Amino acid sequence: MPTKIAVKDLRKGFPTEQGHLPVIDDVSFEVADGEFVAIVGPSGCGKSTLLNVIAGFDPPDRGSVTVDGSLATGPSSKRILMPQQGSVFPWLTVQQNLMFGLNGHAPGNREQIADHYAAIVGLKGFEMSYPHELSGGMLKRAELARALVVKPEVLYMDEPFSALDALMSLRMRKELLRILAEERHTVVLVTHDVEEAIHLADRILVLSARPTRIQMSFEVPFAHPRTLSSPAAQGLKEAVLRELGV
Amino acid sequence: MSKLQLVLPSLAVIAVLLTVWWLAVVLTGSAIFPTPWQVVTGTLELAREGTLWDDIGASLMRVATGFLLAVSIAVPLGLWMGWVKGAFSTLNPLFQMLRPISPIAWIPIAILWFGVGNESPIFLIFISSVFPMVVQTTAGVHTIERRYLRAAENFGVSRYTLFRRVIIPAVLPQIIVGMRIGLGVAWLVVVAAEMIALRSGLGYLIIDSRNAGNRYDLVIGGMVIIGIIGLSLDGMMRLLEGLRTVRWRYAH
Repeated sequence: MPTKIAVKDLRKGFPTEQGHLPVIDDVSFEVADGEFVAIVGPSGCGKSTLLNVIAGFDPPDRGSVTVDGSLATGPSSKRILMPQQGSVFPWLTVQQNLMFGLNGHAPGNREQIADHYAAIVGLKGFEMSYPHELSGGMLKRAELARALVVKPEVLYMDEPFSALDALMSLRMRKELLRILAEERHTVVLVTHDVEEAIHLADRILVLSARPTRIQMSFEVPFAHPRTLSSPAAQGLKEAVLRELGV
Repeated sequence: MSKLQLVLPSLAVIAVLLTVWWLAVVLTGSAIFPTPWQVVTGTLELAREGTLWDDIGASLMRVATGFLLAVSIAVPLGLWMGWVKGAFSTLNPLFQMLRPISPIAWIPIAILWFGVGNESPIFLIFISSVFPMVVQTTAGVHTIERRYLRAAENFGVSRYTLFRRVIIPAVLPQIIVGMRIGLGVAWLVVVAAEMIALRSGLGYLIIDSRNAGNRYDLVIGGMVIIGIIGLSLDGMMRLLEGLRTVRWRYAH
């Protein structure tokens, strides 16, 4: 597999009243084309900061992010970030949200494409609803559909399902896997949920406490659909948790 | 609770006030201060003659003209100041200084510049309602959450789409709040302006009723009508808050 994303010697800090606060301390890793990489770490370790820098929203202090061999210095519609709090526009309907990123299509086509993706994520019948009329799980579906509509090469997901209850979170993971099996994307997922990482990812990177660096990398060698209760999966989970100091 | 139960207490308070008022006038035997019933008959008489409708129409016309003029300047200006840092840092200090000056203080200047015709009150209404609307619109742009702007940036949309689909709808609830404040102030100001310079309008009705023979029944009648119209104007603005595209902001 060719390398899709290469993160090299990344450092990032923020100025505070007490002086410079280092958050990311020399992070390097590569993501292959079509690979699903999960980044787990203790809360507050700088996972979101790392993802924002990789997605091009915050410039790194040092180091670089290259995608397909060329330097990525800003956000692009080929690489969609799904932020932790969600970013579905509350003033637009589901359909208008999904059509938001569609440029250069004929107007009738745009609606058709939007409704197609609404159906894929299970929002059929809610195209004309406003976000505040939807449940938390449906909002996440809308967020995912809006990202998928523009056919991005890369999805950056920041704790996408952590605000959902356990049952809904599990259901969303299964749906995400189903969609990814149909439309191939490279995914970088940031999460604090080790089980979620094992369920979804091909590889797990474990971050240290702040200032963060990559402490360990685990391959997840299980074929889909995965059974998280299998001894091998449980063993992997314990190994990852041990790295996290739990 | 039913709607009737909600309005019942406030109706009761008004009824008590009217009774106290009526008793006070009757017991003191005042020759000038009217009873509530005299206010009603005096006002009905004015309505029959038609001057009441002319005055209401004149006041509403002035408010509508000055207010719409203010909206058409304040909204684009507020969006610009909210979006462009340089525009904000240049103009905001000036506006913050002009804003606390009472519109009444502008009356001499308005008369000097525009004379005693319709232009003076329209100018005063414009001055009084434009600042709160600029301030609200600017604040609306400043409070757009970064995650929404980043999402728009992520999808790489055109400037036109960014404004039409993100900035304007995100600020619209704040614009409506600004319009409510602006129209409220405009209605306060038109009455004050008409008392000083003009020969028509509800403000003129009040001051003229007093000057031409102590007709305090018409003074109070005019005040009540001003209150009722002000309430209806605010009610109209509140209807805008019910629009589906802005309900997300008021829902919580």
